[in-house]
Amino acid sequence: MAEIRVQNLHKTFGDFVAVKDSSLTVSHGEFFVMLGPSGCGKTTTLRMIAGLEMPTSGQISLGGEDVTFLRARERDIAFVFQLFALYPHMTVRQNIAFPLKCQGMDRNEQNSRAEATAKLLRIDSLIDQPVSRLSGGDRQRVALGRAIVREPKAFLMDEPLGALDAEFRQIMCHELRALHDRVNATTVYVTHDQLEAMSMADKIAVMNLGVVEQFGAPQEIYDRPATMFVADFVGSPPMNFLRFSSALAPGDEAVRLNGAAVPIPRVSEGRAESPLVLGVRPEHIRLADSGNLRARIFGAEYLGTTQIVTLDTEHGQVKARIPADAVARAGETVGLTFRTPQLSLFDAVTGRAIRNPGGAAHV
Amino acid sequence: MSEIRLQGVSKRFGTTEAVKSLDLTVGNGKFVVLLGPTGAGKTTTLRLVAGLEQPDAGQVHIAGQDVTAAPPAARDVAFVFQQYSLYPHLSVFDNLAFPLKSPSRRMPADQIKKRVEEVAELLRITSKLANKATKLSGGEMQRVAIGRALVRQPSVYLMDEPLSSLDAKLRADLRLELKRIQQSLGATVLYVTHDQIEAMTMATEVGVLREGELIQVGTPRQIYEEPGDVYVATRLGVPRINLLAASTLPHLAAPAETATIGVRTEHVRLERQPVNGMLRGQLTRIERLGDQSHLHLDVAGQKMVLLADPHEDRKPGDTLGIELTRPLFFDAGGRRLRGS
Repeated sequence: MAEIRVQNLHKTFGDFVAVKDSSLTVSHGEFFVMLGPSGCGKTTTLRMIAGLEMPTSGQISLGGEDVTFLRARERDIAFVFQLFALYPHMTVRQNIAFPLKCQGMDRNEQNSRAEATAKLLRIDSLIDQPVSRLSGGDRQRVALGRAIVREPKAFLMDEPLGALDAEFRQIMCHELRALHDRVNATTVYVTHDQLEAMSMADKIAVMNLGVVEQFGAPQEIYDRPATMFVADFVGSPPMNFLRFSSALAPGDEAVRLNGAAVPIPRVSEGRAESPLVLGVRPEHIRLADSGNLRARIFGAEYLGTTQIVTLDTEHGQVKARIPADAVARAGETVGLTFRTPQLSLFDAVTGRAIRNPGGAAHV
Repeated sequence: MSEIRLQGVSKRFGTTEAVKSLDLTVGNGKFVVLLGPTGAGKTTTLRLVAGLEQPDAGQVHIAGQDVTAAPPAARDVAFVFQQYSLYPHLSVFDNLAFPLKSPSRRMPADQIKKRVEEVAELLRITSKLANKATKLSGGEMQRVAIGRALVRQPSVYLMDEPLSSLDAKLRADLRLELKRIQQSLGATVLYVTHDQIEAMTMATEVGVLREGELIQVGTPRQIYEEPGDVYVATRLGVPRINLLAASTLPHLAAPAETATIGVRTEHVRLERQPVNGMLRGQLTRIERLGDQSHLHLDVAGQKMVLLADPHEDRKPGDTLGIELTRPLFFDAGGRRLRGS
């Protein structure tokens, strides 16, 4: 069992609060991703789990054991960094076996473990080559091998693919996830790349300014963002925000944007007239003459599989993802319709989602 | 008229043929993007146009003039590099004004001021003119670098991956900006990149380069929908086009010489059960990306990735029927087979 539990974790560097009173649980066998922009506290949180930083307050437990103040090497975890540091004069075998050698493990045992690890990573044919002759991808695999070989309780990875080019990164994403499944590990992975997070994670914690904004399954975070920050950070292009002002009554199934009625999921909590934001994902917009909301086409970006159309409305600019063969001419005025069940509604002042019974937004 | 015309241009470095007898015309007001991986000859082509390299054979014409032997300064081109090199000790205004202050130009100060302000307006950095260049964000610095090319009003603009050092969000913003600026100026641009999204979203025409050879030129839609060969077909499209060996799909109607069948991830219709004539695919993994899901399938022992709506109820192990709506056929040499 390698459940990682973080409770009320707090970390300050001088006056700067890097992590604010955060709690999260990573279940055994889970691929857990901490996602956020630079400076959001994701790496600091990871380093505290690893024991490379001590928290100002709060508690960390690993497999039921309180490790908050244990040193890094006393915690049974492996850390994979963005820039893989290998010993260039050693072979693949020596590099992978190095952590075992340091533990004083029997030579034969070292060898068989290194070979099994190389096989798992599909670099067994390279095992007696010096690492200096390997490609970037194979070196990254050796670095992973060095982390796996100890069979730790958990893997912590800090943007391990950040230095790779886009095409190769995608391949490594698939490999990392497959590897995680094969070794039945618990993984905590830090990245600022939302696509990486979406494609690999069982659970994502989206962080901003030291706070966990939302914690949930990738599709849930995408479909039901808890805050405008999450809605904007996850998805490309991000969620569109249409700003308007209105009162809400429980049971309402439409809002009025400048007189145009827009159907929304049924509202469960009422509120007085206040500034609101309607959140619409680009792929949930259709260009249709029947649409109440009028927009002027600013431009279209052809992407082959789809196209992104930028439109000016009275509530700001929006981007729609529509089929590549649909016609969208700059300068034309069109109507917009939305896929109602997929709409989000936010309080413009707090930035928090307004709940509805269909799919309650939650943190 | 500011047009770039390359005729039979070749360039060799030692034993490497960097550019092979290249013919290309960038029409007045056109935004042409050369797309290719590292080593395809993109940057060399650009440097040949700029006069930073001399061709071994062929001719370079700019605005109707043969400039093949002309030095860079005589070519009336502006070059924007990947790494913005601004003068860190100068303000944004002085950085932008710098190309106009060259002794050979002798432009009066009030004209310089007017021109810089116009360009700053276009780039939406007017409020930053007094700032030190080092006090800017990455996106602003790259805008100033582009601005420095714009102030001189050259015949043509040459850009070498100017957005590649920026983060994803900024790159998306600047793509739209650059296109808007190019259109409002009616500028003639030759732009090189290895990023297919930049090529597709900005170009009026894309030229696909491979190992120094220009393989196909066309609008982004032509290149995507009507690729001339397998190589071009794999350059555009994310996820990449599926390539299936024709021998594994004997029941599929295809021209006789077909060796490979190209299936774009979205050019399919999926059914819960395969009915007659459909391919049978076994779902191995669902990659949920929010706006869409990538279905990883096993089709006759080959891997296939298809796009699907994220809200469809499917799970690994399911068998699906796949109808190909717009298959592309290629022969054993990778050439496209038409007439089907």
